[in-house]
Amino acid sequence: MAVLTEEAASDGGTAGAPSRPRAAGRRGRRTLLIAAMAAALLALCLLSAGIGAYEIPVGDVLGSLLHRVGLGGARLDRVGESVLWNVRLPRVVLALLVGASLGCAGALMQGVFGNPLAEPGVIGISSGAAVGAVGSIALGLSFFGNWTVTACAFAAGLLTVLVVYALSRSGGRTEVVTLILTGIAVNAFAGALIGLFVFFADNAQVTQITFWQLGSLAQATWPKVLAVLPCALAGLAVAPFYARKLDLLALGERPARHLGVDVERLRITLVLVVALLTAAAVAVAGIITFVGLLVPHLLRMAAGPGHRLLVPGSALGGALVLVAADLAARTVAQPAELPLGVLTALFGSPFFFWLLRRTRRKQGGWA
Amino acid sequence: MIKSFFSSRIRALPEPAAPGVPLAEAVALRVRLGGRTVLAEVGLGVAAGEVLALVGPNGAGKSTLLAALAADLPAESGEVRVAGRPVADWSAPELALRRAVLPQSAAVSFPFAVEEVVRMGRAPWAGTPAEDADDDAVREAMAAAEVAEFAERPFSALSGGERARVALARVLAQRAPLLLLDEPTAALDLRHQELVLRVCRERAAAGDAVVVVLHDLGLAGAYADRVAVLHEGRIAADGPPERVFDAALLTRVYRQPVEVFPHPRTGEPLVIPQREARAGR
Repeated sequence: MAVLTEEAASDGGTAGAPSRPRAAGRRGRRTLLIAAMAAALLALCLLSAGIGAYEIPVGDVLGSLLHRVGLGGARLDRVGESVLWNVRLPRVVLALLVGASLGCAGALMQGVFGNPLAEPGVIGISSGAAVGAVGSIALGLSFFGNWTVTACAFAAGLLTVLVVYALSRSGGRTEVVTLILTGIAVNAFAGALIGLFVFFADNAQVTQITFWQLGSLAQATWPKVLAVLPCALAGLAVAPFYARKLDLLALGERPARHLGVDVERLRITLVLVVALLTAAAVAVAGIITFVGLLVPHLLRMAAGPGHRLLVPGSALGGALVLVAADLAARTVAQPAELPLGVLTALFGSPFFFWLLRRTRRKQGGWA
Repeated sequence: MIKSFFSSRIRALPEPAAPGVPLAEAVALRVRLGGRTVLAEVGLGVAAGEVLALVGPNGAGKSTLLAALAADLPAESGEVRVAGRPVADWSAPELALRRAVLPQSAAVSFPFAVEEVVRMGRAPWAGTPAEDADDDAVREAMAAAEVAEFAERPFSALSGGERARVALARVLAQRAPLLLLDEPTAALDLRHQELVLRVCRERAAAGDAVVVVLHDLGLAGAYADRVAVLHEGRIAADGPPERVFDAALLTRVYRQPVEVFPHPRTGEPLVIPQREARAGR
């Protein structure tokens, strides 16, 4: 009984003063989470750079890296150095960029639509961007050199975001059903366009398109990294500055405006950023679904829905998932390589089911 | 440094207004929605230190008028002024320092905790000296709306009445000199209805202007300095409750015969629909 009253008393105390210790504890946990994810990512990158048909011990990977930046360390032998720097590292960096872009784009998308199901893959933006990329391959376009595929993916992705946005919103809200149905329609249309391009492409292009479509980082090279770097970095650098406004947008459009958010401008900016990030990912790696859905969800469960953590955290988490997935894709069926997109969908779809069931149980589904 | 560059664009902070200075005004306001004229020739002002209740039957234009005062809806003709300036001349961040709006229904897309939702009300002040008062404002607002006991719970897990109080706490935390509340008592029990209007009175006593849409004429009569009765998009009457609550006027506006009589103890006007005595009592 004494314990009970004491508890009640302390509860009353924290209720009066909004829980500073608890808030501080939460912040501490969030910092820890980010630090843990960053450490895991670093370890995984080193591991991924070492593992493969030609094994390089992690210590040697680190040594070679330090050597290149001039902080001691040591060169590997000629083959090792070449494998590490021309094959493995571009691939790891590309996985980092693509994963971060997908994770971040997912978090932004869900924030802008105020809807946890919005994800570039689910609502058709990835396939929209894919149409641009496939088109540029099939038509043999090269007006921007290395950047052509990325540029086309961006243009097509942007157009798709705008179409989805216009079609699925009414009266300042997006209903889940409308959003998903719009996604189905957009995906179907994009699939048809891709089919048309494949139909008109020659054999070599068809092979290229098919492999690209499955989602893979197999042909990673530094020029490819350079081709997506500007898009991805620009998107990732801009996104965190909108975190606070995205929090306010969760209240709805009018309340967000009442709190001083220029909603129109916020939306247009973020749609641009999402298109940039999605294009960057799709252009090099094809359609990789579920990363943008899965990562923000897990983070929300672990650390709450605040976007100040969610946006950079999703970029970090996305990179983590993709580096891990790519490592798995090229090692589990050695010497063959699983397509990355197939792998993420294989693990992502069950998660999606689980999410649906959980939401149905808790709140009777999405309205 | 980068953060301060992004958050503190130059905006003028509001200055405290002397009692009686109009903080929001509608002048010959006409608003059309979906091809229908919802407000016509509305002239109405609310001054610092005053609680103004907007009453009227469903569809009379109460919420529309509030939305127009909040700068959510454009005027077809006429003008809305907030703090002496046409609303179109204010930017969204500037307006957010000068008026807070409680919407009719509150929803939050993600499972934010109650305290986080209330803290969102402080967003307009980020990067200003008033930012230092954030914690105090949040604590005070949560205490005033009696939501502190579920500060840690996710908003989505609350009942309708609790959500309404959290939304009110967020609006109070904004500490804007003009409060626009759309049916703040709709989902609340008796105790919390009284609480909300007492809070309105306190804010008015502290020098703020409060506009509140109410259905309960008893609450309006007890707490408002002025009552404006809307009828078919026009102001049918505007003045202190004892003058406005006229049985003939209310009977016409609500299309429901009413009786008005003074409260036996306080003397404030009570409005009761005319009812036949039930047989057997």
